[in-house]
Amino acid sequence: MNLKPSDLEPEDAVQRTVVPAGDWWMAEIRRGQTLRIVDVEGNEAADTLFYGLDNPQGEHYSAIDTTRRQGNVYLTTGTRLVSNNGNVMLTITADTCGRHDTLGGACSAEANQMRYALDKKPMHSCRDNFLHAIQESGYGLTKRDVASNINFFMNVPLTDAGSLRFEDGISGPGKYVEMRAEMDVIALVSNCPQLNNPCSGFDPTPLEMIIWD
Amino acid sequence: MPATPIAESRIVHHEHVPGGRYWSMVVRRGFTLRLVDTHGTANVSLLGYNPMNTLERYNMADTLKGQHVSRLTQGDMLFSDMGRVMLSIVEDTVGWHDPIGGISDADSIHERFGEARFQEHRNDFYRNGRELFLIELAKWGLGPRDLVSPVNFFQKVSADDDGDLHYSADHSHPGASVDLRADSDTLVILTTAPHPMAPGPDYNPGAVDLSIYRSAPVRDDDACIHRRPENARAYANSLIANCQES
Repeated sequence: MNLKPSDLEPEDAVQRTVVPAGDWWMAEIRRGQTLRIVDVEGNEAADTLFYGLDNPQGEHYSAIDTTRRQGNVYLTTGTRLVSNNGNVMLTITADTCGRHDTLGGACSAEANQMRYALDKKPMHSCRDNFLHAIQESGYGLTKRDVASNINFFMNVPLTDAGSLRFEDGISGPGKYVEMRAEMDVIALVSNCPQLNNPCSGFDPTPLEMIIWD
Repeated sequence: MPATPIAESRIVHHEHVPGGRYWSMVVRRGFTLRLVDTHGTANVSLLGYNPMNTLERYNMADTLKGQHVSRLTQGDMLFSDMGRVMLSIVEDTVGWHDPIGGISDADSIHERFGEARFQEHRNDFYRNGRELFLIELAKWGLGPRDLVSPVNFFQKVSADDDGDLHYSADHSHPGASVDLRADSDTLVILTTAPHPMAPGPDYNPGAVDLSIYRSAPVRDDDACIHRRPENARAYANSLIANCQES
């Protein structure tokens, strides 16, 4: 755990947006700008993808390149979020939660069927949010570009015996993670609507997105 | 433990793929792909796509979280992002295959092994996983956008309590094998470049022997389907996708 609070004050921000549970948020973050994601009421999951603004179809956040480059599977202060082309997209500069997942992926109608029951298909999901957002966005993105994402505020421990567990969040009300863009990026966040597991404490709640110049 | 012998009459294809190369084929439902690590040094990085709709592809996250694992072995399945089974690991003499280590690229090969160009080394020149995947993907109209995290067969990467990743050298053994039963028609694309975490300095990626054989009938008590309820539901979804099969 690498807890580090931020010096940035929300009143100095250039943009503040509350994202209700189950909604998606997409924004361009310019190089040098800082994005903070706030877990307003606690125990929320922020399923997050990044695309290179100059080449959204050619460059996106890569979970495996990020974890292998740092030699560790969890994201926290100091983690460089690396693209599929090996470039650093953003650096996590502050984190009051301490650990974030990037192997668990996003929920989808079909994965909910597999994981919980075949009749769960009609439930809302993060991948539906991703697909809706990219269809509306005009960046030319398609389902091909929906790569493995980050789950900010989610706790998915691995063991050296090869198991992977979904545990209760270690996040709490007001905890946040902050990252500085090292290139111009598009951020796409699904405020997870999952009601079948504890990733959102069975009660999805709002996130706040704050951007500083 | 040696692999279970397969009767010659069931085998429809056999092929040797040297280290540092690529291979692809649609493995049809009802057939099984056996990979044999001939020298115990292979890294077979494998991706799977639905040949009818390549937007459906092997999905690392769903495969791991659906089965609560960070390694794959006998009994596990490779799930697509559409909640279906692509391949089932029906036999495995290794015990751990790596789904989280990723793919080597030009930089990682150069860092660990140095450089060997075709100009001087002819067909012994150094290749990397990313380049080989892109070449083979291109033959199916696929590209960088379709290049997702593969399963690295015959390789082991584990995480400790702090999340630090550890690569196990010499994990496999000569003759080690894994059998992948296609439960949906699956476009298999694989490469045999070094694992991205393999230590240098000797570039000597291992070869693999491939066989495709007619699967044994899927029994009611199939070990992969009954490993977890998630597996049974993914298999049920695959049956629905194939419900109009003649």
